Amino acid sequence: MAEISPSPVEPSRLRRAFDSDFAYKFRTSPVAVVSATVVLLMVLSAVFAPLIAPYNPFDPGSLNLMNGFSKPMEPNAFTGDTFWLGTDDQGRDVFSTILYGMRISLFVGAAAVLFAMVLGVTLGLIAGYLGGWTETIIMRVADVQLTFPAILVAMLIFGIAKGVTPVEYRDQMAIWVLILAIGLSDWVQFARVVRGATLVEKNKEYVQAARLIGRTKAAIMLRHILPNVLSPVLVIATISLALAIIAEATLSFLGVGAPPTQPSLGTLIRIGQGFLFSGEWWILLFPAVTLLALALSVNLLGDWLRDALNPRLR
Amino acid sequence: MALVDIRNLTRVFDVSKPWLNRVVERRDKAYLTAVSDVSFEIAERSVYALVGESGSGKSTIGKMLVGLQGPTSGAVEIRGTDLARERDAAKIDAVRRDIQMIFQDPYASLNPRWKVRDIIVEPVAARGGDTAGMAERLLEQVGLSARDAGKFPHEFSGGQRQRICIARALASEPKLIVCDEPTSALDVSVQAQVLNLMSDLKDEFGLTYLFISHDLTVVQHMADRIGVLYLGRLVEEASPDQLFDDPKHPYTQMLLAAAPKLDAFGRDVSPPTGEIPDPINPPKGCAYHPRCPLAAEICSAERPEMRDIRGARVACHMAE
Repeated sequence: MAEISPSPVEPSRLRRAFDSDFAYKFRTSPVAVVSATVVLLMVLSAVFAPLIAPYNPFDPGSLNLMNGFSKPMEPNAFTGDTFWLGTDDQGRDVFSTILYGMRISLFVGAAAVLFAMVLGVTLGLIAGYLGGWTETIIMRVADVQLTFPAILVAMLIFGIAKGVTPVEYRDQMAIWVLILAIGLSDWVQFARVVRGATLVEKNKEYVQAARLIGRTKAAIMLRHILPNVLSPVLVIATISLALAIIAEATLSFLGVGAPPTQPSLGTLIRIGQGFLFSGEWWILLFPAVTLLALALSVNLLGDWLRDALNPRLR
Repeated sequence: MALVDIRNLTRVFDVSKPWLNRVVERRDKAYLTAVSDVSFEIAERSVYALVGESGSGKSTIGKMLVGLQGPTSGAVEIRGTDLARERDAAKIDAVRRDIQMIFQDPYASLNPRWKVRDIIVEPVAARGGDTAGMAERLLEQVGLSARDAGKFPHEFSGGQRQRICIARALASEPKLIVCDEPTSALDVSVQAQVLNLMSDLKDEFGLTYLFISHDLTVVQHMADRIGVLYLGRLVEEASPDQLFDDPKHPYTQMLLAAAPKLDAFGRDVSPPTGEIPDPINPPKGCAYHPRCPLAAEICSAERPEMRDIRGARVACHMAE
């Protein structure tokens, strides 16, 4: 074939990513930009909490009980110290506890979603591709689990896990048990969506082409089908992250989640609500607003992602 | 010895409703016979064409040949190896290396998330073979540019995609390629290009094709042997010249009469009469007898065997 035009210079990877459809939609959606900024800021401040936080609220040596119940932005009557968002009953800086609490909340949420995603995608792929009895068993378990509220399932798993761990490890294990409980209550979403997408993909001819050269079932599922069912998974993962953060906060609020030694946003809200009626509103309000902003931003981002990746809305 | 030997091949699908529905509605299990007692051979370096209407079982035969489906009874032997019964993994792999398939829909037959290079070399890479430069070489052989190796399938048109499929089929240096209506999804002008490419490659690589099509005019120039299928049964098999000049089975005669011809402008074309019967309850005897102008009593009673008539094989009581 004759060369019609000189070979164009290949644009860099970064340039191509910036010019893509997806990036354009992101730039032109104010909701997406704002919520992504909020999420990014919160993630960064959670990751770098020890560097940002003015105090370490979990170092008993640095606490001064005289600082207890300082109002936001007002110098303490006894020590003269000023705290942006006030302090709680033990003189811990609320701003610092929020930063550290967000760390726990985000870590538990992200790890639980990751766990649910791996479990759900694996089971969904297997159920969709193999069919038959394997599919019946996996999907009926999923159906039964869907009839219970997720938070109830999580509490059940949390209770059982707490029962079998020795007392001296309970506080250390609490975070991991929380991840397990939330993850196990959330895998069904992933499994159902991936199974449906797999049923569509497995009859396409590119899968037959792979079968006839003798590729194993595992190779076909992982290398051929998995990349083609991932875009709905990304959307569910984002929305699940908001749900997982809320679930963790709910469990911690009810007192069965993160222990007081490692307080999450939910734990902080539980502690704060005890002081609400005695006038110390800041101990409750600031962690609650942070949780609201975090969950709302992640949710809005997930909603936008669902629309942006939906080929029918293009 | 023929490269492919298909003997009494039969495939039955269970199309029953779920158990509970059958009990409630008091129905028996329902079976669809897609392919019924088909026998033929494909000689090495030849093109065997299977033609037939939709639902005549031609794609099912192709899938059984490459081992994507197992036969209900009968056998498909490729150089003496039956993929459905062979237990020796090394022999199965040797046969799989020798057969490839080109599919009907060029949009569904390439994985949209893979680069063209990875798609083309997969048959070799899956066996751990050396693939350096292979995709680029094959792309040029099928009339595309070596630079296309780094692109994704969505950057190509239907005809170009079908060329990529052909390049993938050639990668493992197969002996036999099953082409399941490879041009029916393409524009007429592109069809001709792809068909020409396929005949050139056949000569260059010494390939054997099983060419599945519903279009007699497409296979007329490529095939060495044409088999006509009706309701899962082979009704006639002949060389193209014999088939087009002297069709012996009344079904073949009807198909040819209905085909458009350039030199018969203004001629009255007799459209096909009747419809393909329900394959779940096929007619007794010869499957074609309800539509056949020659049908006699024996046709509804006894299924005709394949007979050799002047070099052609015909399954008809009346043909001579």
